Amino acid sequence: MSAATEDAVTEAPAVEAVPKRAMTLGLGTSLAVLAALVIAPLFVKNFIIFQMTMLLIYALAVLALNILTGGSGQFSLGQSAFYAVGAYTSAILMEHVGMNYALTLPIAGIICFAFGFVFGQPALRLSGVYLALATFALAVAMPQLLKLGFFEHWTGGVQGLVVTKPDAPFGLKMSQDMWLYYFTLAISIGIYVASVNLLRSRSGRAFMAIRDNEIAASAMGVNVALYKTLAFGVSAGITGIAGGLGAIAVQFVAPDGYTITLAISLFLGMVVGGVGWLPGSIVGSAFIIFVPNIAESISKGLSGAVFGVLLFIVIFLVPHGARQVAIVAQQLIGKLRKG
Amino acid sequence: MELFTNQVLAGIATGAIYACMALAVVMIYQAIDHLNFAQGEMAMFSTFISWQLMQWGIPYWWAFLLTLIISFAGGILIERLLFKPLAKAPVLTNVAGFIALFAIVNSVAGLTWDFTIKQYPTPFGSSPFLGSQLISTHQAGMIGVTVGLLIALYLFFQFTRIGLAMRAAAALPESARLVGVNTSWMIALGWGMASAIGAIAGILIAPVVFLEPNMMGGVLIYGFAAAVLGGLTSPLGAVLGGFLVGVFENLAGTYIPGVGNELKLPIALALIITVLVVKPAGLMGRPIVKRV
Amino acid sequence: MTAMLNVKDLRAYYGQVQALHGLSFALNEGSLTTLLGANGAGKTTTLRAICNMVRSTGAIEFEGKALSGKSTENIVRLGIAHVPQGRGTFTTMTVEENLQLGAITRTDKKNIVDDIERMYAHFPVLKERYTQQAGTLSGGEQQMLAVARALMLRPRLMLLDEPSFGLAPLIVRDLFKILGKINREEKVTILVVEQNAQLALELADQAYVIETGKIVMSGNAKEIASNEDVRKSYLGY
Repeated sequence: MSAATEDAVTEAPAVEAVPKRAMTLGLGTSLAVLAALVIAPLFVKNFIIFQMTMLLIYALAVLALNILTGGSGQFSLGQSAFYAVGAYTSAILMEHVGMNYALTLPIAGIICFAFGFVFGQPALRLSGVYLALATFALAVAMPQLLKLGFFEHWTGGVQGLVVTKPDAPFGLKMSQDMWLYYFTLAISIGIYVASVNLLRSRSGRAFMAIRDNEIAASAMGVNVALYKTLAFGVSAGITGIAGGLGAIAVQFVAPDGYTITLAISLFLGMVVGGVGWLPGSIVGSAFIIFVPNIAESISKGLSGAVFGVLLFIVIFLVPHGARQVAIVAQQLIGKLRKG
Repeated sequence: MELFTNQVLAGIATGAIYACMALAVVMIYQAIDHLNFAQGEMAMFSTFISWQLMQWGIPYWWAFLLTLIISFAGGILIERLLFKPLAKAPVLTNVAGFIALFAIVNSVAGLTWDFTIKQYPTPFGSSPFLGSQLISTHQAGMIGVTVGLLIALYLFFQFTRIGLAMRAAAALPESARLVGVNTSWMIALGWGMASAIGAIAGILIAPVVFLEPNMMGGVLIYGFAAAVLGGLTSPLGAVLGGFLVGVFENLAGTYIPGVGNELKLPIALALIITVLVVKPAGLMGRPIVKRV
Repeated sequence: MTAMLNVKDLRAYYGQVQALHGLSFALNEGSLTTLLGANGAGKTTTLRAICNMVRSTGAIEFEGKALSGKSTENIVRLGIAHVPQGRGTFTTMTVEENLQLGAITRTDKKNIVDDIERMYAHFPVLKERYTQQAGTLSGGEQQMLAVARALMLRPRLMLLDEPSFGLAPLIVRDLFKILGKINREEKVTILVVEQNAQLALELADQAYVIETGKIVMSGNAKEIASNEDVRKSYLGY
């Protein structure tokens, strides 16, 4: 060992490696979950349908973060910023341009992809904590950027924008909430399937090679720079679509809806759902929607503490999140069947 | 010219706070190679403790001192209970831990003292300092206390055995253990000191930004910017970065049209990203070499 | 005569990989022993296992006390100084600070000052550079600093991991001369791991040869030096 290497840092791996097969669900389980998601709204009230829509939307945003972190090993504490850009894109296009809501979503996705790709450029040179820091700063700064007087004509400044909720098309006899739910469900399934395929593809293998050992990956000929920014772009794009859907669902966008708290929630959702386990995204999403509801009903401001404590519990007891719980449950069921 | 001097001095005053926050961040970064995203919230909580002590009738400086002791102990406790077990965990787990701490501290402060904005006293008053219109007595006090703290820390690290041991543990943990330094406790001590330094920053800035659970959000981002600018591996750099960032913030707000308080956070963001991209080691940090 | 350090059936592991396979040896008080072996034989691992810097099983006793389960810093506090491979110099600190760090566990402040002077007597070059950053020293000077830093502990036993690594032959001779002097005059028991077998055998009175994690030969250094196999494998003539 020479003196020159003494200052070197041996970095712990950014995230623990998740084998590729462990990232998805089996076909049977997938179909069962899908059936439940299709049937459930027929039996519940509109408000619950609205919450289920939000569940899917946040699940998309968590999934997007999961592709970035679980897939390519990069961190982001700034997903709220991409979500906000997507939400504002949809809202502005609908209210100022009069565009059809469905058409605004791909545009929100593309704009966020570009934003993520560009933000990913500096992120190329950063790893681990530095990337977390840069994205953290992005999330903190975002609400102020949205409030800027310069954009006020478009963004509505502090007041935000009100968005019209779309009716069901083709004369379908369906409430607005229910229509939006199925609309969101269709998009979510599409994105989920595409994400699973992405991670199974050549690009997915490149992501994972970078996650597990960046230097080895580049030595094997993986274009590390391209794939790292690409992962950022894809993640931001999906988050943007989720943001657009979110704007339509809550019929409102305002800067204070997209603070660091949202970024933290999405991050939490990923950890709870299991980093790198895509189906866990919906578990994480359920967690970040319902836990605060329950906590805030007990005492205002309690949700942060509950979040934090649960996060520590997850870190210490079930570091692989919902995936670990699912595996344990599977083993238990197996044992019961045999016994 | 007077406007310029005025802004530079005001920048140095807020820069002093950024310097403290940056120093706190760097102390923990040196010890465990992680950024404490909850540093600002811990400082806010300490400030609330001092406020509570004063509400109970304890005089300012006694409350100040007690708060430092409580914060020091609290920092050590947090390290022992929550972060020592994560020492060998992946970066992601640690980031999650800091985020969790952030959420808990913020929420508990809000539950205990509610989210309304409170006045916070200053022992220095806010009259013109030495009859000059350039700077207020509170601003002068902020600079004075920070400079005193920095001198004390310098003396501690240069001339005491514990200071030497802490430096050794941060520089080369394995070598430090081989001369008999208990590196694990040095890390805990680093947490305690970072927590106390943060408390000073919180108490000094509270009269300016007012006391509330989210008071340190912007300050922490500027603290990070300062730490990154100075170099995360250099305490001296962090302090220098703090003052530079403070002055920069004020001058940009005064002289660049369209940049006001409403661009405060985006400016910090731009600063952080620019430094990380252009000179990731910062002004005074060691370049980071990746071991293959 | 009982041994000062007694190692029995030492097995060490890096993750799943076993590096030592039941290694036993003993050091007599006041001896200067060398541990020889090829690259990867387990010499460094043996030293690291003594200081509990690698996961291991087996019994290690120092002056009758079991070391297993003790942390590295507490083992050091018993009076075992370890000069690691690569010297472990605190490069950003001054030479004098490095020496003070060596004595960081001691409470007899007055003697520390005297000891630093004593180190400057052993290694005059360090005195010339005592305010310099240790990172600016040459390799040989850094090795001397590392030995001096270890001696500041006032150790009963000193472990040295390849002190000759990367140094010019003349400097190595100097260094080994000083090690012999320290062993005789300061009554420090020394265990030195070396690839430079010739020099090590000249210096030492006892020797062990280690191969793939096991002791394969032991005895008086002179006997070992004259052994045909050792000469062929390690001395190269």
